[in-house]
Amino acid sequence: MGDINNELDERILVSMQGITKTFPGVLANDNIDLDIHPYEIHALLGENGAGKSTLMKILYGFYGADSGEIYYQGKPYQIRSPHDARGIQIGMVFQDLNLIPALSVAENIALFLPNLPAVLNHQQINEQIEDVSKRYSLHVNPNAKVANLSIGEQQKVEILKLLLSDAKLLILDEPTRVLAPHELEGLFIVLNKLREDGYAIILITHKMNEVFSCADRITVLRKGRVVNTVLRSEVNENDLIEMMFAKRITSVETPEKQAVDRSGTPVLELSSVSTTGEGDAIKLDDINLQIFPGEILGVAGVSGNGQKELSDLVLGIIGSSGKKLINGENVTNRSIPVVRKKGVVYIPENPLMMAAIPFMTVLENFALTNTASYIRFGGLAMDWGQIHKDALAAQEKLGFDVPLYTIAKALSGGNLQRSVIAREMSRQPELIVASYLTRGLDVQSANAARKALIRARESGAGVLFISEDLDELFKYCDRMVVLYQGRIVGVFTPEETDIYEIGHLMTGSEVLYAAEE
Amino acid sequence: MLQKNNKVDQKNSKLDKVLNQVLRYVGMVLIVLILFGLILLISGSDPIKSYQDIFSYTLGSRYGFTEVIVSMTPVLLTALAVALPTRVGLINVGGEGQLYMGACFATWGALTFSHLPGWVLLPIMILLGMLGGAVWAFIPGLLKSLGLVNETITTLLLNSVAPMIVAFFVYGYWHSPMDTNKTAMFVPAARLPRFFNSRIDLSFFIALALLILFWLLLKYTRWGMEMKAILGNAQAAKRNGIPINRYWIIIMCAGGAIAGLAGMAQVSGFFGVLMAGFSRGVGFMGFLISWMSFGDPLAIFITSFVISVIMTGGNYLQLTVGLPFAVINILLAFTLFIVLAKPVFLQRKVA
Repeated sequence: MGDINNELDERILVSMQGITKTFPGVLANDNIDLDIHPYEIHALLGENGAGKSTLMKILYGFYGADSGEIYYQGKPYQIRSPHDARGIQIGMVFQDLNLIPALSVAENIALFLPNLPAVLNHQQINEQIEDVSKRYSLHVNPNAKVANLSIGEQQKVEILKLLLSDAKLLILDEPTRVLAPHELEGLFIVLNKLREDGYAIILITHKMNEVFSCADRITVLRKGRVVNTVLRSEVNENDLIEMMFAKRITSVETPEKQAVDRSGTPVLELSSVSTTGEGDAIKLDDINLQIFPGEILGVAGVSGNGQKELSDLVLGIIGSSGKKLINGENVTNRSIPVVRKKGVVYIPENPLMMAAIPFMTVLENFALTNTASYIRFGGLAMDWGQIHKDALAAQEKLGFDVPLYTIAKALSGGNLQRSVIAREMSRQPELIVASYLTRGLDVQSANAARKALIRARESGAGVLFISEDLDELFKYCDRMVVLYQGRIVGVFTPEETDIYEIGHLMTGSEVLYAAEE
Repeated sequence: MLQKNNKVDQKNSKLDKVLNQVLRYVGMVLIVLILFGLILLISGSDPIKSYQDIFSYTLGSRYGFTEVIVSMTPVLLTALAVALPTRVGLINVGGEGQLYMGACFATWGALTFSHLPGWVLLPIMILLGMLGGAVWAFIPGLLKSLGLVNETITTLLLNSVAPMIVAFFVYGYWHSPMDTNKTAMFVPAARLPRFFNSRIDLSFFIALALLILFWLLLKYTRWGMEMKAILGNAQAAKRNGIPINRYWIIIMCAGGAIAGLAGMAQVSGFFGVLMAGFSRGVGFMGFLISWMSFGDPLAIFITSFVISVIMTGGNYLQLTVGLPFAVINILLAFTLFIVLAKPVFLQRKVA
């Protein structure tokens, strides 16, 4: 395959050059170059939010890029819609599969064919399906209703759909997320066969073992940029983990950690807590953890592995089996107001959705968690003077300066997060649940936010600190757990582990790692 | 220099905005009048004379004006019954059914305690009426907060059940010896007192008081603020520890209670008897008014007034010019249609 860097080389199937895409406030793709050859499985590896899906949706015409060009077999080609993309034989399987449940497999596939005749010839379509499915061992019954198929089978239908519609470049967005382990191997066999027949396959993933099971080349993305494109034979897992997270432990001044007294009553104790995982929520499975006064417990993990559910569980938004104790008091399945009254505060991952009311002012939002203590005449009026005073004091304590009479929606992401932090910290917290505390904050505010946590710890609060930023976790946590697919797969103090071990656990490759030892 | 220009520009654009609004509303009224004028022409009457009649009757005569107030009273209440739940994000289409249940409960009170003096009986009937509406709204409220069924659907469906319950009691038990479809006239003690030597009764003042209370609730109280939070972002409100399920149920019941009060006022004040199928869509009218006014108390008052002028004027035309009632419905429908459509071509582009 060799290194082919001439962008007009027509042996390159598709070449993306200098792709940049911004969403309001986010630089999703920053000047990305990517070449895809026929006869290869190309893995796009990176954390959530690294820009993998965005890049592929641009290639498939789902989003338009702000700048940059796409070449097809050496010639510039405009992709403005999925229709254009299909015109040069690009097909994509989305994370949430896109089949029509009420129709049969054959009908679903027929709907996608480029030149669908007015009257369907079922016989012919069925034959076509059987042909292709035999060749690539993608066995499904063409007459089965999609609603009755398992997720794994539906995925096969999606792939068949692309093959029958003549796609030559297949984009699979985290195809393994929905598969059971035995289905995984099947998928890899199919992908290998497709490669032998000259198809090009792009595999979006953040799981290490998948990359090593089938990819030929690997492009690692981090924060919207390409870190590197490498051949699989050139790298090992540690290299990739380092590229993905880019964190060697650096010698930035670390806050002084005091020894935590673990003899008393823990602030939060979860013992064998499990949830049912309704809808698309992750199922938490047998969670055991304790947070003691003055302790920051970090939760590491690739997001979407149960972090949101864990914080919801502590706050009382979702119910569970098992036992949840706050300061030794059983609050399993009690309502949010009850839990909050016990001194639990919450800094969520998405403040505009989960903490603030967009059309209320900062001041009104400040009063919201604690309306009962600001009432006059039994609730007939609010003591706005007192609220104003308290809000100012809370901000001053943290060194924030958020305008109080602006509506929350008009604030920048950083200011909004500050206003939420100020509000929550003003309530003399005993347990702080902080999800992605510093996401979207610039360096300065991030430091201020972390400082607020440290100060709370010094005054004896316990902190549940959910983060994807390993550097941050290592620096500030007294202990950390790793969450993978709703289970706690490791408990460490920062001193007894390193980012490699955590990285392996986060990406679910602990077995391989143990074998290498 | 540049800043000054900006300021002038801002002022101009503000003036433009106001002018824009005025022009639009004048335009809307003109469209309605022209369209309805065509209908009047087709039915063989002189549109200009008819319009003169309508306005001189409703706004120019004492009797006509009090009739406007009378027809305005129930829709004020049913509009409020919709506006209150919208403030926590609930859509209550069930004003009609709740009104029937309120009337039903109140009538039971009037018939059972008819020996009591008015100052005891009326409060009992008011409470019963509110209870009836609240019970009818409790069902959708509960189902909503359990996350089972959307309240829009349940309230709408319960609308067709309530009149049948009323019919069941009226035909089966309560009808007077002379009639099959209505009760006997209520005793004087069960009638709401009237004022100004007209048909305006106490419920008009209750409605006004409730509108003002509604405004105070939203503007000043803790509960108003928490309601605002639920409307603005239910998920965040929940995470902030506001008991949103409790709010949903209580506010829904309060809305129902107000609609029930409207029902009580209709049977006790306006009719003095309970008839099967008495309402003629007062509940639905309230829904429209509430949505046209975006749930704002003052706007509810004004809109109710305008609609009532049209209705009363229409009734008058029916008597004098001999227009069929359906034509008045056409006028009303035109009005609603034009107002809700907010014709785009009446918007002046602000460059």
